[in-house]
Amino acid sequence: MLELRGISRYFGGLAALKDVSIKVEKGEFVGLIGPNGSGKTTLFNIISGVLKPSSGRVLYMGRDITGLNPNKICHLGIARTFQIPRPFKNLSVIENVMLGVLFGNFEQFVPYSEENVKQEALKYLNFVGLRVDESTMPDELTAVGLRRLELARALATRPALLLADEVLSGLNKEELAEASSILKRIRDEMGITIIWVEHIIGALMNLVERVIVLDYGEVIADGSPTEVSKDERVIEAYLGEES
Amino acid sequence: MKSPWVKKLFLLLILVLLVIFPAASPSPYLVHIMTLIFIWAYISTAWAYMGRFGLVSLGHGAFLGIGAYVTALLFNYFNLSPWIGMLIGASSAAFLAAVLGYACFRFGVIGDYFALVTLAVGELVALSIIALRDTTGGSLGFTIRNLGNAPLYFQFSNKVYFYYLSFLFLVFALYLWVRIDKSKMQKALRAIGEDEIAASSVGINIIKYKMTITIISAFLTGIGGVLYAQYITYLNPHTLSGVEVSLAIPFKAILGGMFDMWGPTIGTAMIVSLEEYIRVSYGTKFIGISEVAYGIALIVLIIFLPKGLYGTLKEMKIFKNERRRQYGCNKRKEVILRGR
Repeated sequence: MLELRGISRYFGGLAALKDVSIKVEKGEFVGLIGPNGSGKTTLFNIISGVLKPSSGRVLYMGRDITGLNPNKICHLGIARTFQIPRPFKNLSVIENVMLGVLFGNFEQFVPYSEENVKQEALKYLNFVGLRVDESTMPDELTAVGLRRLELARALATRPALLLADEVLSGLNKEELAEASSILKRIRDEMGITIIWVEHIIGALMNLVERVIVLDYGEVIADGSPTEVSKDERVIEAYLGEES
Repeated sequence: MKSPWVKKLFLLLILVLLVIFPAASPSPYLVHIMTLIFIWAYISTAWAYMGRFGLVSLGHGAFLGIGAYVTALLFNYFNLSPWIGMLIGASSAAFLAAVLGYACFRFGVIGDYFALVTLAVGELVALSIIALRDTTGGSLGFTIRNLGNAPLYFQFSNKVYFYYLSFLFLVFALYLWVRIDKSKMQKALRAIGEDEIAASSVGINIIKYKMTITIISAFLTGIGGVLYAQYITYLNPHTLSGVEVSLAIPFKAILGGMFDMWGPTIGTAMIVSLEEYIRVSYGTKFIGISEVAYGIALIVLIIFLPKGLYGTLKEMKIFKNERRRQYGCNKRKEVILRGR
């Protein structure tokens, strides 16, 4: 479904990503981990079109999407959430999600009527378990609420591939379990392929089927959670970071 | 809050009053002031189409000047009726807006930088008009050939026609405002105005929507320039283009409140009346006093009342009713925790 071929990205002379090649198949639930600054978010920015790679290609469903504008990529069916939630603060929560419905993936477009769009938006808000009324503004939401809003807005664009960037950071234990179960339901019930970047590795390892580990912009491991957690380079990378 | 039909009745009343105003007015001078208010309110409303979405242009004088000069020159030299010339003039303004907009939006020139680029473009147009003095009359300006009463050539012996005409244009600009508000474009632009990266990630084509609103705004402003020039029958680069007008237009809109459809009109009414008052009562004693007053007022406004006078008043009313659908009022005292 998604294939990265030799992606590199330099910021000045610094390499954030070095020759990264990854293949993700339809229906997979992939975790992407790595120490701070290993290039996870940069990779997401490149897939979603916010950044252009210095070299390499991004292929999606057999099509070269390298360097397309983010809105084009969204229309092709790739949605993302942001590490730090970026709600539209002056729009109500429902309006935020409505934007996704209105401007997202065109192929399954609902006929435009305010009511239609609102119902559709509420559907996604319900799915992620965010109950709000008409006038709730994003700044009234808690940290979990904002994460849910990010997810609902991304889902509203009707993606086939979801890039989830640190959905769990800043949540307590109870919330962790709930938020990660939402991701699982997105894959299982909506059939959306997910690539999930996360710092809280424990929660991630329990859910995903495959883990890709980045370190200093390079893929150092790629396999099932059990395989990866035994990999020496991975242990080194993480312990090395902590010491 | 007032019920919708009371509001409609109130609007209708104002409409009727404005229609019969010229007949009831004690002096043609007041009609003249009203005409000026309509023209400038129309122009600053067109400016606010962009301004309210964070596309602050300080170069609308460029569009105003191009619209007016192209139209008037076509008439003076080729005898082309301004009714047709106006479309060419406004299209030229829109074309400049398209070029300028694409260059800025493609390379992500936003916010203050966009304002600076437009400021330069406004001045560039004014300087070009002065430089082409053989055709345009330079900074001395030029007069539109007088045909007496020639409605087909946008000239009326009775100035009352301009009153009604500019009134119609203002009504049209306000109507278009409502139409834009109901469109998908308004939603896209609000999102873009807040966070471009997030907006594009939900599939909004940033360049397309910003270009569209910029072109609409420039086209309408170009027509506004024609309206003003035909009314005054004299064109001058300083009154139609350049920094002075380019700043005066946004100021009117910001004073009234650019986020509300009535804001620019109310702001314009206040400024034009004040300007006339100062001009009549102090005359040439303090040349430039109104500009000084503008400058001070602008600073105070931007710091304390960014939503303008009317916008702020309206918002206070909304707060009372605990409705907060207005732009930017995300500073409620108590934070209700929801979403768990």
